[in-house]
Amino acid sequence: MTAGKRVAVLKGGHSLERAVSLRSGAQVQDSLQRLGHEVVAIDVGAELVPQLLEADADVAFIALHGPGGEDGVVQGLLEALGLPYTGSGPAACIRCTDKLLAKYLMREAGIPTPAFDALREASIKELGAAAALASVEAQLGFPLVVKPAKGGSALGVKFAQDSTGLPGAMVGAFSYDSTIVLERYVEGRDLAVSVLDAPGGGSAAEASKARAVALPVVEAVPRDEGFYDYESRYEIGMTTFVCPADLAPETTERAQQLALSVYELLGCHGVARVDLMLEQDSGELWVLETNVVPGMTATSLLPQAADAGGIGFEELAERILASAFTR
Amino acid sequence: MRYRAVMRGQDDKRRTRPAAHELARYEALFAARTRGMKSSAMREMMALTERTDVISLAGGLPDTSTFAPELYAKLMAKVAAESTARALQYGPTEGMAATVGCIVEVMAREGTLVDPAEVIVTTGGQQVIDLVCKTLIDPGDVIVAEAPTYPGAVPTFSAYQADVEQIEIDADGMPIDALESTLDRLHAQGRRPKFIYTIPNFQNPGGVTMSLARRRRLVEVARERELLILEDNPYGLLRYEGEALPTLYSLDAENANPPTPGGSSDLVIYLGTFSKILSPGLRLGWAVAPRPVLEKLNLGKQGADLCSSSVTQMFVSAYFAERDAHGGPAWIEYVERLRELYRSRRDVMLEALAEHFGEGASWTKPQGGLFIWATLDPRIDTTDLLALARESEGVAFVPGRAAYVDGRSGSSSMRLNFAGSPERDIREGVRRIGKAMREQLGLLGSLSGAATPAGAGAASNEQAPSSATEASAPLADVVALPRRDDAAAARRRRDR
Repeated sequence: MTAGKRVAVLKGGHSLERAVSLRSGAQVQDSLQRLGHEVVAIDVGAELVPQLLEADADVAFIALHGPGGEDGVVQGLLEALGLPYTGSGPAACIRCTDKLLAKYLMREAGIPTPAFDALREASIKELGAAAALASVEAQLGFPLVVKPAKGGSALGVKFAQDSTGLPGAMVGAFSYDSTIVLERYVEGRDLAVSVLDAPGGGSAAEASKARAVALPVVEAVPRDEGFYDYESRYEIGMTTFVCPADLAPETTERAQQLALSVYELLGCHGVARVDLMLEQDSGELWVLETNVVPGMTATSLLPQAADAGGIGFEELAERILASAFTR
Repeated sequence: MRYRAVMRGQDDKRRTRPAAHELARYEALFAARTRGMKSSAMREMMALTERTDVISLAGGLPDTSTFAPELYAKLMAKVAAESTARALQYGPTEGMAATVGCIVEVMAREGTLVDPAEVIVTTGGQQVIDLVCKTLIDPGDVIVAEAPTYPGAVPTFSAYQADVEQIEIDADGMPIDALESTLDRLHAQGRRPKFIYTIPNFQNPGGVTMSLARRRRLVEVARERELLILEDNPYGLLRYEGEALPTLYSLDAENANPPTPGGSSDLVIYLGTFSKILSPGLRLGWAVAPRPVLEKLNLGKQGADLCSSSVTQMFVSAYFAERDAHGGPAWIEYVERLRELYRSRRDVMLEALAEHFGEGASWTKPQGGLFIWATLDPRIDTTDLLALARESEGVAFVPGRAAYVDGRSGSSSMRLNFAGSPERDIREGVRRIGKAMREQLGLLGSLSGAATPAGAGAASNEQAPSSATEASAPLADVVALPRRDDAAAARRRRDR
């Protein structure tokens, strides 16, 4: 159906996840070429639109991570250009990239997400919000996870053990965004469920949504690092991935069901990866966040999950490409 | 079939089938040492600072724009015209004799006499670090280094699976009593240190210089314990004030037993480079080493790259034959000019730091070299500060954590290069970093006041709020709202 397209692969950009994005893009390029598409790779920068116009592509494959790439900005721009593109539309991108908005929506919809509060830098300066910290601490308890509302780099995610460490963690997170989320720390296992629209002949969005499927669950097992160190936790070589995760069948089913619900709630299209925690003490599953442009490097979670589900990298790339035409 | 066996050997028992075949295919083939070669979010962020709209004080760069283009053209033309075939040919692994002669000349200028037969020309000083590790380090062997240490040595040490013990430096470099207690502790644990890695002059990144007394004691300790020293001395000739100190190599040569003619050291491996006194683009450095070590370095180099570039080696020897207007060696005149230039850039940076970093911060006042090491309020993580400063202010530096093998210590410090940027960029860059820093301090002040109940008791609590008050009180007007809005707007602009 999508054979022989001229595909602009958008990669790189200026976000902190530039390096990962370049690797994702390169991997996607190779696969699309092997599939017989004509590929124009674009390292996204000030010349994006002129480059896109010159490329005269049939479709854009978005392999951008982080702000600018998966927050709806590029998606909105591509709509303005009338160019079909892969993955979720601008509204879903905004809902997912803003972790705070996503958490509000999940809470309203009754999807379990760890208890949280949000703080804006401006409200600390203008509204005396620092005085609310005691109440936040009382509600959420320690340890606490502090993260920028936007941005997917592990660099901004901080851990506060107690109230002494909280200001430093908050200021650290504020370095990446002017809004931060303070979240109850869920101790347990790190899971990720990728959701993929099933291939279908029809182009109706409704039909495609109904056929979204959850791929096998991936578990990220930190190799030897303390759980408080988010940076090394997400670095290559520090984590072992297990797929499918070794879980009770009902836990797997529940994780996949939750991922599909979140996918639908946030209005995702084509593909997304939902990150969850399986709480050690309670056995409960908690949804942390949703990623609308999951990593596509050989070591990324989505390709691993797809592979475990019997979908090779090329087929995965082809199916994501097809999502540009089923919106 | 063998390939399959490897795959099974790697299988996790919890895994019912290999994960993504692409991953498993390569993972099974990677050497164990590649586990130490990890990418890091911090390093990836540093890669992003190479943008034209960012003032970067992060690099390790000298200013190569000071080299006369006419001279460069003349030298290249000379090499091309007079020695085409040799310049385009392989050279000896140990380096060309004429280039070794230049090296002996550079070292003599620092008062260190060496035997040309104990010199090996390398592809940059970096290759010396790699070859020394290749020669001496088995997985788990200990390297003792300074804390902080040269960020570029960290990945090399990791790649050879060395266990690195870092000794915190002070204003006089590595404290030798701390070194000795570390060595005692290692000995008690049955762990084996192979060499001590030190940058005695204008340390990278610390900017400090090891005192003469410590230099003497260090070579004594090495002798007592039969340890090698890797003396990394890229900037020795770039001294802007104070008296030059003897190299560890020459101090050890005095002690050698029996004393060797020509003053050879038998425990110090000396690392030198043309990168800072001439050009890093030439990729030429050297090692001077005791002969048995030299032989192994030579074998290691054969495996690495056979020989360093003949073209650039011949460029160096042509350059060293040049005379200045007064008939003296042109290279010495050029080093003099660099010293003048860098001295005044250093002074500009020191002034800018005093103006924009304020009282909560401290920094080294290097007598030479390229770098200043600044340490901020302990609650500021300079990796985060870099993210903020890069995004909202357009300025970059090296976060302190890059200089520590554990990737965590040094989190409140930063390395600033004063040599590679014009004075106005130095002033503006430091001003921008100061602005981002005050923004974080202001926020910390507001948050600490509320989050830490008064009289919470612990000693660490007592220190934190007091320094926060100090830092934030005089700066209250700096974090007034309009500025923050500017920054947020700038950030939004940059996002797209």
